[in-house]
Amino acid sequence: MVERRSVLKGLSALLLLGLAAGCKRGDPNSPNIYLGGAGATFPFPLYSKWMSEYNKLHPEIRINYQSIGSGGGIRQIASETVDFGATDTPMSASDAKKAPRAILHIPVTIGAVVVAYNIPGVTGELKLDGDVLADIFLGTIKTWNDERIARANPGLALPSLPIAVVTRSDGSGTTAVFTGYLASVSPKFQSVVGEGKSVKWPVGLGAKGNEGVTGQLKTTPGTIGYTELAYASQNRLTTAAIKNREGAYASPKVSAVTAAAEQVELDDSLVASLVNAPGAASYPIASFTYLLVYEESKNARKGEALAKFIAWAVHDGQGLAAALHYAPLPARVVQKIDERIKSLHFGGKPFLSQGT
Amino acid sequence: MMRQSIWPTPERPPLVPGRFRGDTHRGDRVFSWITAASASIVILTVLAMTGQMLASSWLSLETFHWSFITSLEWNPVTEQFGALPFIFGTIVSSTVALALAVPVSFGVALFLSELAPEWLRNPFGFLVELLAAVPSVVYGLWGIFALAPLMRETVEPALRASLGFLPLFSGPNQGYGMLTASVVLAIMITPTIASVSREVLRAVPRAYREAALGLGATQWEAIRTGVFPVARSGLVGAVVLGLGRALGETMAVTMLIGNRADISASLFAPGYTMASVIANEFTEATEDLYLSALAEIGLLLFIITVLLNIFARFLVWRVGRQGGA
Amino acid sequence: MNIRSHFTYRKAVDRIVRGLCLLAALLALVPLFSVLYYVTARGLGGISFEFFTELPTPVGEEHGGVANAITGTLTLVGLACLFGIPPGVLAGVYLSQFGHTRLGKIVRFSADVMSGVPSVTIGIFVYSLLVVRTKQFSAYAGGLALAVIMLPTVTRTTEELLKLVPEALREAALGLGVPQWRTTLSVMLRTAAPGVATGIMLAVARVAGETAPLLFTSFSNRFWPGGLDEPTASLPVQIYTYAVSPYEDWHSQAWAAALVLVALVLTLNVAARVLVRHRVR
Repeated sequence: MVERRSVLKGLSALLLLGLAAGCKRGDPNSPNIYLGGAGATFPFPLYSKWMSEYNKLHPEIRINYQSIGSGGGIRQIASETVDFGATDTPMSASDAKKAPRAILHIPVTIGAVVVAYNIPGVTGELKLDGDVLADIFLGTIKTWNDERIARANPGLALPSLPIAVVTRSDGSGTTAVFTGYLASVSPKFQSVVGEGKSVKWPVGLGAKGNEGVTGQLKTTPGTIGYTELAYASQNRLTTAAIKNREGAYASPKVSAVTAAAEQVELDDSLVASLVNAPGAASYPIASFTYLLVYEESKNARKGEALAKFIAWAVHDGQGLAAALHYAPLPARVVQKIDERIKSLHFGGKPFLSQGT
Repeated sequence: MMRQSIWPTPERPPLVPGRFRGDTHRGDRVFSWITAASASIVILTVLAMTGQMLASSWLSLETFHWSFITSLEWNPVTEQFGALPFIFGTIVSSTVALALAVPVSFGVALFLSELAPEWLRNPFGFLVELLAAVPSVVYGLWGIFALAPLMRETVEPALRASLGFLPLFSGPNQGYGMLTASVVLAIMITPTIASVSREVLRAVPRAYREAALGLGATQWEAIRTGVFPVARSGLVGAVVLGLGRALGETMAVTMLIGNRADISASLFAPGYTMASVIANEFTEATEDLYLSALAEIGLLLFIITVLLNIFARFLVWRVGRQGGA
Repeated sequence: MNIRSHFTYRKAVDRIVRGLCLLAALLALVPLFSVLYYVTARGLGGISFEFFTELPTPVGEEHGGVANAITGTLTLVGLACLFGIPPGVLAGVYLSQFGHTRLGKIVRFSADVMSGVPSVTIGIFVYSLLVVRTKQFSAYAGGLALAVIMLPTVTRTTEELLKLVPEALREAALGLGVPQWRTTLSVMLRTAAPGVATGIMLAVARVAGETAPLLFTSFSNRFWPGGLDEPTASLPVQIYTYAVSPYEDWHSQAWAAALVLVALVLTLNVAARVLVRHRVR
């Protein structure tokens, strides 16, 4: 017969085990390095693969990344509660003022914001114009068989189901990119909603992270939402082709993202928008995603480990991108990054001397 | 180690070589000091919590004053923050949850304290208390995969078909919304209301029931006329305690309510509560004012739950006093 | 209506009400059984050796486990006990002896106030107090938040149980020359210990399932934490993260993690309430 006393003893034993497990392991001179990062959910599938692979190559370095949204990444790096942040949309001037030192934006990969949907009975690709999309997210187009949607999609059997819009409930770079696009193609959207990481959506269910949006889309019929390409592909969601600047309907594929990236020139700030990029093959809602790193590190070992990881990611890591539906960085972008990350230093001493 | 002394004198302890006398006083002093310090920790924690919440909310309090509670505009981009959508969402979800939970809880309490056979009472009561033991996040998980589809496919369409003329049950439904969140809340507060009500009913002296029964009342009538009037304030206290619990529930609600900062007449529509918005947006609020606004919501939540808690305890205490009288 | 039919009416009402109460009682248990059924049915499928021993794998990849979340929960709850039980028990001792004084009343009032505060508010309190100052999400912060949640429960339980111990025991011990403080500890508290242990078990069961405060304090970690000052994974946070994600594999891990958590919580509850027979003497 199980006695309460033995349950109590078992519990205490477990808790002591837990405390012991949590304590610092090894000596202070051990090479183990922990790097904490947080931010965008947009590149999370790729980052988690990178960090796992890097840990296999360098078992003493653990990089823990939490995908809490670009807004979270910016806030946490500015308050120095993490070693690096991640965002799809650059920090604003007021964000940057909050940080005690200069922060570098380093683009590490390119993704696409796709419009995904779950329409019962529709497995084909929906073609959407920018203004139609904007009106769906404004709530003025309310049902799937609305005339404006049907006009561009004569081959699809659209039901008379109400459209359930899914948006982000957290501060998101993906939202910033998407609203940036909608604001540029629809003046009405620009005035009613505007653009930013957290906007006041006129309609929609709020979900947390790209993960949450994708989860909603997957399980709820009649929904439409915006999420990152990797999430849509991994979960086999149906995605829409969006009309780009040249008038062609571009499907959200890695090749279309690369086409958009090829068109854009980066300056020294390493920040550029890929929204509505020129080119007939370009997907109009593509985006760089950036790591946020302090130019001057406060911890020599951590700073060096981080700089080396970034160098690895920008070179060797790119080979892992395509399989996860992210576009590799164009060569001249990588060149610019190599130059720029030489400025990462501790006490005046740069971490990376001759390139990688 | 106990001192073996056969003739202890009242004024001073027996003189044994060693530090006995000094020991006792010192030991007692140290011990009282330690316990008093621990007791102060309790007070200090509450004070620190209040102080910290006020400090964090100060910026928002200064900027918005009363409009914080009356404004519907929650816009991080323009830095306009009004908590009304969350206050509304909290009130609606709690009210609907109470409407669902109170009848069931009272039924359970009556069943356990009056109607069930003796051998059934404790096991059954234990099962009801287990409802309270399940963590909120597990309810959320169950809600996403079991309750939400049920609501979306069966319950909400049925409600719309029968009561759709009411604005409460009109409009599109996705299974995630005010109604689903309220159902989960109702499940979570039922054990609280039921167990406190059961205690309250038990505290009423048997004499009241027996007097009514002696006059020929049926069991229900005896309860209605003998027990309820005495227990009434305690039962209200139980409901208020349940309300307090509902207000603070975070995870299960966040996972099921649809996270939309807007008010709607329909229960099918998504909404937002004070606790959920804090959980969702706190770690990423970049602007100071944004963070302060969220802290102010936390402060409001804190004040409301504290007041409700005090009120509820007072009511329950009153029944205990009456019962003893 | 004559007396006879009125009586029939009254009896009918009585029966209906009693039937409704039975119905309510059964209705209340339906969600409990549904949750337990889902957690067991879907959770068992996810339980495997690697579930208990592996770390999480990259997003979208199969396999991987929640080993770090399980130890993380134990670490956090262990810290919570470390921070919360000693002050709680001692404060309870204080209240049992001096609860009638003005300070005592303030303490009791504070404990009652604290017990009603939502856990998310406690989370942001510890965040502002500790995480921002140390610029670090840590297990310490998580443990502290959980300790603050446990503190009022432990205090009141200790106080109530000490008050139940007969004064005669205290007087007997004092009469034999045992110092005051020794009496309280070795005699009174020792006698009340089983009940206090029960209260502690229930408090532990409660904080083991808390999620919201951990979101701002211990955050989460895909690896083993290198120390108590690093972010730490925990079962509830992991369940939340996996539940709202779109990946099937993560869903089944969420159910399995829920099974582990519910098993832990239920064991503690059962041990606390049902096994009252085996009181430790």
